[in-house]
Amino acid sequence: MLKRPHYLALGGTLVLLLALLNLPASVAERLKLVVSGSFLPLFGLRSATHSFLDRASYQLLPRSVLIEELVKARKEISDLQANLLQSQDAIGENARLRAALGNPPKGPWNRRFARVIGRDSTTWWRTLRIDLGSRDGIQPNQVVMTAAGLVGRVSQVGLTHSDVALVGDAECGVSVVVRETRDQGIIKAGQASSSEGGFVELSLLQNSPDVMAGQTILTSGLGGVFPSGIPVGVIQDSRAMEGGLFTTARVRLSAALNRLEEVWVLQP
Amino acid sequence: MNPPRLSIAFLFLLSWLGVFAQTQFGGFRELLGVPFSILPALIAYSALTHGLWTTTALAVATGLWVDSLSASKLGVSVAPHFFVALLLHLRSHLILRDQRYAQFWIGFGSGTAIHVLVLLLLSAGQREPLNGWATFWQIPLMSLMNGIACPAAFILFDALGLAFDYRPVTQSSFRSDRQTVRGRHDRIH
Repeated sequence: MLKRPHYLALGGTLVLLLALLNLPASVAERLKLVVSGSFLPLFGLRSATHSFLDRASYQLLPRSVLIEELVKARKEISDLQANLLQSQDAIGENARLRAALGNPPKGPWNRRFARVIGRDSTTWWRTLRIDLGSRDGIQPNQVVMTAAGLVGRVSQVGLTHSDVALVGDAECGVSVVVRETRDQGIIKAGQASSSEGGFVELSLLQNSPDVMAGQTILTSGLGGVFPSGIPVGVIQDSRAMEGGLFTTARVRLSAALNRLEEVWVLQP
Repeated sequence: MNPPRLSIAFLFLLSWLGVFAQTQFGGFRELLGVPFSILPALIAYSALTHGLWTTTALAVATGLWVDSLSASKLGVSVAPHFFVALLLHLRSHLILRDQRYAQFWIGFGSGTAIHVLVLLLLSAGQREPLNGWATFWQIPLMSLMNGIACPAAFILFDALGLAFDYRPVTQSSFRSDRQTVRGRHDRIH
């Protein structure tokens, strides 16, 4: 049986709820940042603990392991320098061809290192939070990636942190191309649980019988958010849909979104 | 600080930490496919043991905290938390809240109700949340976590009460005005 205090609590909560849900988007986003600001001490504590543990682990590593790592790193650097020499020739050639065709030159990616400090508090969205914000020059729609491939795009920016909508989230549609066949498509939102290991669904714009497992998916550059050529994933399997009108494929993402610790934000 | 206030402060602190914990523990999330979830259990505990206003404030604060660290619209999680809390509070006199099995099922039921209601509300919005076959695994698993967390909350807060509460002075059967003094002239007071 409801009594007066119950009605008051119910009414008060409903009024608050209606007010919150009808706020303009910009005001709601600011309010959200204010409320999430209450967790800043915990995020700071987390970052400090991680840094401390990292430093402690470096000091505990035996000298033999460090020397082994150093030798490995030197070998990798020499390999990469050789690749770079080869690439510079190709980059120069590409720039000359682009200039001949009247296309603007492609600038190098200006990467900014960021740490992942948290994930979405619910299971219904695929987002994460990084430790760079507007004071670090982060802006909405900047591309987030790792050395392995595309991660997503910046969806919301606070002063000291930003939220990133990951590939496969409803807020992060990606226009892609199959490297081998040049077929174009779109990565759609889809459920990825631990058992599915980070898969997303690719919808190709037309029926593409040549698309098959093992082919690589890259960003196409269409849409204006993601530059072309960033690896997205590898096709696991494909099937014709709607009586063969178009093809869909399951794509295993190149970047392990569940295990991200550090990412790059591409800045202009 | 008197004990009820301490209990309320601890309840809010635990909820705040619980919301933060939902965004952490990547390994746990990767293994089970769900975040660490104990908030419905704390809401249920509050509804069964604390007053209406404390429970309402906790449900509203928890809902806002969860939404602030999520891509959900701010306020979406408030309603499910509040309605489950209100329902439990209204029926708290009928619930065998001292029994562990009852606490388990209250936590389990609250977890299921809150997560299903949030999903329904999100589905009614403009953006379609990620749900599919995995949802049939995720919701029961989060409910199970809350089923375990609810009796744990009762045990934890009982221990907190014992540690910080003033214990009642035990009544001794000895009364000086009923003392029998033996001697040459026995007299009984």
